[in-house]
Amino acid sequence: MHARADASANSVSSWPEDIFAILQRFDVRQVPYVPDAGHSQLIARVLGEPSMRGIALTTEEEGVALLLGAWAGGQRGVLLMQSSGVGNCINMLSLTQIFRFPFLALVTMRGEWGEFNPWQVPMGTSTQGVLELAGVRVLRASHPDEVREVMEAAAGQAYDACTPTAVLLSQRLIGTKVFVK
Amino acid sequence: MSKANLLNRRQVVASLLADRGDAIAVGGLGASTYDIAAAGDHARNLYLWGAMGGAVMIGLGLALAQPKLPVVVITGDGEMLMGMGSLATVGLQKPKNLCIIVLDNESYGETGGQMSHTAAAADLVGVARACGIADSRALTTLAEIEAFAATLRDVSVGPRFANIKIDAANLERVLSNRDGMFIPDPPAWRARLPADLEFLPSGLVAPQQKP
Repeated sequence: MHARADASANSVSSWPEDIFAILQRFDVRQVPYVPDAGHSQLIARVLGEPSMRGIALTTEEEGVALLLGAWAGGQRGVLLMQSSGVGNCINMLSLTQIFRFPFLALVTMRGEWGEFNPWQVPMGTSTQGVLELAGVRVLRASHPDEVREVMEAAAGQAYDACTPTAVLLSQRLIGTKVFVK
Repeated sequence: MSKANLLNRRQVVASLLADRGDAIAVGGLGASTYDIAAAGDHARNLYLWGAMGGAVMIGLGLALAQPKLPVVVITGDGEMLMGMGSLATVGLQKPKNLCIIVLDNESYGETGGQMSHTAAAADLVGVARACGIADSRALTTLAEIEAFAATLRDVSVGPRFANIKIDAANLERVLSNRDGMFIPDPPAWRARLPADLEFLPSGLVAPQQKP
């Protein structure tokens, strides 16, 4: 067994707080997620916030369908996942084109910056292309000081203009995961 | 393919929705959507003709957003099998106002009637119960269905799951004049959602009201 040392899990970063504040300002209520170390701080904040409902999924495509239901009922949501989960969503993303509901996903990236696990590389390499082919606009944040601005833009175009949007949170931003004995 | 002792799907769905009140009905890809349309178009019907495996999760999102409204998902065994993990997600969230009904003809009727897993192995009632949906049951007679339908509007007893074995006969397609894309006379800014659900997140204005 390997113990996991992960920068984002072991210390408090400022950029997840920026994301959380923007989600609150946009009155986001449903937050479906498949856990990722890079999202751990944000997930903890969501689960501790009474106005939000963190919803653990068995697979990421469930979150796409959930967000449609949430919007049909008048609530905004955001889907949290890792880059490997994007591949699980492809057919379900057709809902964003049929219903043109405000879809927003925050994707923590693997397989692109000092990745130690070769199994992360294929999906990490195709994540942006897959999303764009499915009709989702892609924005990216690579440095902590640009997360707020990118999130503002993403939330604005997703929630106000109903433009399906994903924000890729670069592996460089999150910090390369290190496994130690 | 017809077996004389199995229930007619149109009759089942008509019975389920006969006294639906303010319930929202989500129809899964394929024949279930036709069955709901055949029971009578309704502003609170959400018809799916794709996104296979997503019906239960759409229902869950609706149920969590509108906890005082009954939400009924009516789908088929093939669609349910593809989204089986969503039963575990529902089992974790336990929305009291969500009811999931599977019309189980043990086959993929839309694609030529190929056998589904429920014909020989998979027990969806057992799956749902094992996923944490304690009120999971099989309904086998029209009388049982009518008794169940009488409680459909109860938003304090969910989540519930019911599996109904139905006749596998392929019936005439009945399409609403709308699916996700087309809703008559919609507010332009919410054109593709259940027509009379006019709820907006607090603090928002509709886009056309912005300066």
